[in-house]
Amino acid sequence: MTTTNLVTATPSRPWQKTPKEILPSILIYVGVAILVALIVEFTGFKGKLAYIGLFIPIGTIAQFFWARYKFGMKAAKDVVASSIMATGAIAVFIPVLSILLTTFIKGLPGISLELFTTDMGEASFTDPVGNGGLLHAIVGTLYLILLSIAISVPMGILTALYLTEIKGPGSRFIQFMVQAMSGVPSVVAGLFIFSAVILTTPLDTSGFVASLALSILMVPTVTRASQEVLLLIPNDLREAGLAMGATQWRTVAMIVVPAAKSGLVTASILGVARIAGETAPLIFTLGGADKLNPNPVSGIQGALPFYIWSGFRLGTEESVQRSWSAILVLLVIVLALFTLARVVGSKQKGARK
Amino acid sequence: MTLIDKPSAAIPAPREITTKPRFSDRVFRTVVTSVGALSVTILTLIGLFLASQGFATFKEEGLSFITGFEWQQYTDESGQRVSNLGIGAMLIGTILVALVALVVAVPISVFCALYLTFYAPIKVKNALVTVIDLMASFPSILFGMWGYFVLMPSAEYWAKLINKYLGWIPVFDVKAPLFERSPFIAGLVLATMIIPIVTSVSREVFSQTPLDRIQAAYALGANKWSVIKTVVLPFGANGVVGGSMLGLGRALGETVAVFTVLNIVYAPNFEILFGAGGNVASHIIAYWSDATEYETGALLGAGFVLFIMTLLVNFTADFVVNRAVTKGK
Repeated sequence: MTTTNLVTATPSRPWQKTPKEILPSILIYVGVAILVALIVEFTGFKGKLAYIGLFIPIGTIAQFFWARYKFGMKAAKDVVASSIMATGAIAVFIPVLSILLTTFIKGLPGISLELFTTDMGEASFTDPVGNGGLLHAIVGTLYLILLSIAISVPMGILTALYLTEIKGPGSRFIQFMVQAMSGVPSVVAGLFIFSAVILTTPLDTSGFVASLALSILMVPTVTRASQEVLLLIPNDLREAGLAMGATQWRTVAMIVVPAAKSGLVTASILGVARIAGETAPLIFTLGGADKLNPNPVSGIQGALPFYIWSGFRLGTEESVQRSWSAILVLLVIVLALFTLARVVGSKQKGARK
Repeated sequence: MTLIDKPSAAIPAPREITTKPRFSDRVFRTVVTSVGALSVTILTLIGLFLASQGFATFKEEGLSFITGFEWQQYTDESGQRVSNLGIGAMLIGTILVALVALVVAVPISVFCALYLTFYAPIKVKNALVTVIDLMASFPSILFGMWGYFVLMPSAEYWAKLINKYLGWIPVFDVKAPLFERSPFIAGLVLATMIIPIVTSVSREVFSQTPLDRIQAAYALGANKWSVIKTVVLPFGANGVVGGSMLGLGRALGETVAVFTVLNIVYAPNFEILFGAGGNVASHIIAYWSDATEYETGALLGAGFVLFIMTLLVNFTADFVVNRAVTKGK
């Protein structure tokens, strides 16, 4: 038996920097960090943000001079540009982190089981935090979400079907209008429903009327997201359907829509996430109840954003604490919807491969 | 010799070939088309209803509804209603706050978009894109509360620093040392709210830079910054402008976050660090709960002005973005 000499190629990355090349820049950063710590200790710059606010510019300048000494002016400019862009990314990241942390830290102390089982019918916002809860607001928000889904999802998906399947003479114009509609300020949507429904028809403030206002904001989101998914369905599928003798209606209903199903679900969830926390339209259309109202189509309702809003406006310690707890509940709902949309959406992508 | 058999059955008449859709298709097309047209109808209705409700105000106040700096109405001794309603001061406030937001948000978003497209390792990129999408789905009241309780203490200190060293520039001057709840801080909150949209539009445009041009620049010996400066930025400039305008549209119409952070005072204020101001949307909800019938009409009219303003900005933005995106294909 002969032994063959097997040579396995080890992957090599000649472009990668060797430790020797990285070392100086690490040393520079360590030096800058020490310098910054000294500055914060002995001069007027104070606070956590001062560390970041000093480290980035001083570090950038130090790297600039090192690169200029070592590689010349062009490389030095490149170094500065890349660190400015990384700073931009950090500047986006910090507020998100801060918002999430603040909500959890400030909201958690007010969370208790009673919060989910009682309403504010016999309690007031200025009572100690244990009194009363969010039941009416959570139920109200769920009603609003369900009613808005019932109105906006069919409308959004049908509009997307018009734009992708029928491509009628007006599709460019309608596309333009949908984009314009997605820019309608939420306060205008509320004012419109107020003047078009509450002022002109016998309907008064209720969960249903509020969900009409929310639908104006939700439809464009659902339309645009569904449209993107429908455009990804290969044309071969549609042609295959037509070649088998199916009518356009059957092709769309039995081939295109099932193929895009999970994407359409994602689109709907994105729409819900868009409206779940909307406050401004509710001010004109919801009424803002303190008690649980099991009827979504008549009588005033409560909702989480409205509750947060009222608590903040009162401004006492207890009411603001209530707002933070409610905002934590709302944020958890939004995060859950967001994660759900990602999971369903990634399934769609996987299925196409 | 073969005889052709007589056909045993009658030959069916040739099928009529037509492009006329079947009944089911006609129903389908009618339903889908009419729903598609609903968005146009709704937009028109929004304009019509708000304009008709505000009509009485427009007629009575005339042009001073747009340019007037006063918002007061009362009943004098003879029972006559005296009104002097104008949203001029709030229009100034709207533009001021939105401009602060743009000045802060656009550079950050463009840098972040460039980082995501050209620098970030794939894992960092995916994580950051998720974070930005998440940021876009935060409720505006959350931004408002965060701005009031967390951002304001820091931002007040920054405002004092700016005022101390740049106070000689008129916009950074203040009448009185009141730095809390200023348009500057409201603008910072709005900036965090519009960063996601400006970033994602810019990223989309940057990622469509033709690859051959980028590679050509590298082949000529350019480094990353030179490529960005000479190829990517000139190509993507239109998209950045369009994305910024979409952000501007958001910033003009934002209600709750501005109301939470800003000290709503009905007076024209050009000093962005001074703690007073407002915007049209927050003005509407500030005066809504105890408005008289005539005032309600005026507020609906203000909503109409806001609607037209955001619509114009958005139309322009869509036009610019669409042109920038299709150019790459």
